[in-house]
Amino acid sequence: MQLSASDEPYAFLAAQGEGLHQIAVGPVHAGIIEPGHFRFTANGETVVRLEERLGYVHKGIESLMAGASLEAAARLAARISGDSTVAYSIAFARAVEAALGIEVPARAHWLRALMAELERIANHLGDIGAVCNDAAFALMHAHTIVLRERVLRQSNACFGHRLMMDRVVPGGVAKDLDRALADEIGSLLKAIREAFPRLIDLYDETASLQDRTVGTGILSHALARQYGCGGYIGRASARSFDARRDFAYSPYDTLQYDVPVLQEGDVNARVWLRIREVEQSLNLIDQILEGLPTGDIAVAISTTGEPSEGMALVEGFRGDILCWLRLDATGKVARCHLRDPSWFQWPVLEAAIEGNIVADFPLCNKSFNCSYSGHDL
Amino acid sequence: MRRLLFDSLIRSPLTEGRPDPDYSMLAELASTLAASGRRKLGRSLSIREIDAGSCNGCELEIHALNNAFYDIDRFGLRFVASPRHADVLLVTGPVTKNMREALERTYNATPAPKWVVAVGDCAVDGGCFAGSYAVVGGVSAVVPVDLHIAGCPPSPETLLKGLLALIENAEHGATSP
Repeated sequence: MQLSASDEPYAFLAAQGEGLHQIAVGPVHAGIIEPGHFRFTANGETVVRLEERLGYVHKGIESLMAGASLEAAARLAARISGDSTVAYSIAFARAVEAALGIEVPARAHWLRALMAELERIANHLGDIGAVCNDAAFALMHAHTIVLRERVLRQSNACFGHRLMMDRVVPGGVAKDLDRALADEIGSLLKAIREAFPRLIDLYDETASLQDRTVGTGILSHALARQYGCGGYIGRASARSFDARRDFAYSPYDTLQYDVPVLQEGDVNARVWLRIREVEQSLNLIDQILEGLPTGDIAVAISTTGEPSEGMALVEGFRGDILCWLRLDATGKVARCHLRDPSWFQWPVLEAAIEGNIVADFPLCNKSFNCSYSGHDL
Repeated sequence: MRRLLFDSLIRSPLTEGRPDPDYSMLAELASTLAASGRRKLGRSLSIREIDAGSCNGCELEIHALNNAFYDIDRFGLRFVASPRHADVLLVTGPVTKNMREALERTYNATPAPKWVVAVGDCAVDGGCFAGSYAVVGGVSAVVPVDLHIAGCPPSPETLLKGLLALIENAEHGATSP
């Protein structure tokens, strides 16, 4: 489909040679996923070149941000990529707080981290199953989405929203956690710790599944470094970067955790990275529930009466989310840019798929799980 | 794997009872399709999901309908890969300018009789993205909509209630209870 503003058809990058053919996919895909166009040039089954054409879900978010009140802008920030809504809200809130020089109560920082880790676990569980599902191994998916649903239900019970949208606000958090609900999270962790190891074994011991994931869609260390790929994509290709550790923000500066890093860079490594990160997040939530400070959950936002700028880097499940903004003298947003981790991940997917078979593309794509909406803004 | 499968056999199912259809949504539906069309489709509906510009929050909850708690298949509802196989288009998001043509083409590729269900607050009127240069508006600005399921995002239970209302309506013809 050609949708360029002019009548000129969009020129895809060329690949020349005998027996090459093109396969056009999207923007409307076969599954329940976001829209984007993929143009494959293949030689038989082997992908010679992939070009991604994105922008279909461009909503003009930055233009809506300009002139918006803090409340309206925070709602927009929470809806840039729905799966990372907590991380985006934290990034936006931290940037506002940096601009205005606001100190947030300790309890708010810890509750934010609790929500962020719940979000990470829910997404990783969903992805681990979905990668297996794309290799036609539905059993794994059936089990992981049950665990994911349990996390979402607990999130809803604790914070009043399954995805915890709009629960992190500039100045703190919108909803406190009472003791009884904190104990319920403890029970949820116990249930995950019982079920998860058996699923890991299932993944590790199913030869037909390993056959699909090992050695598929390899991303080289050099490209991961050159593009600054964050999250499980970078860390599965030896790029040891995690905003929680390398730009440590409260409460991660006082918590104990590892940043898992693997060398192989294939689909299998990206699955294992997620498995290891689920384990780390479970431990982080233990520590957060243990050390949760008492006190207020938010402070009032007061403007300085002068224009100000703020920036924040926050580790979402997909990688590091950057937020930069400028506030005007009345406290409204003058400009705001939120950079999704996918910006540095989409381009390398084109490289990772090269030389793989077309049928492995869904597998590779799911193991990347880049955001369309976060990229298109 | 054997143990996992065995456990699934002896454990009681996770699947929860059927929620009541949301009859308030039915009122909107009653006037939209001829009774004959509804009878043809019976109780089974094939659904094609289209993201016309959403933030992907709605997609997450639509996905959740497939998990064991909701098990959407037991109601005769299933997600299909092509609009040509679909009875229902489940459309999310404010419709962006860049997705407008794709949505129109998908709608035209779907054989009649067909329903369009707009999912999420953005799909109603553009939600918080309304007014942007890049957004056309709600789904009804581009294709006719038979049912709106509101929420940001609507929970799987809300989605199920809306879709069940659709089936009920299909069964009872034009008269809404």
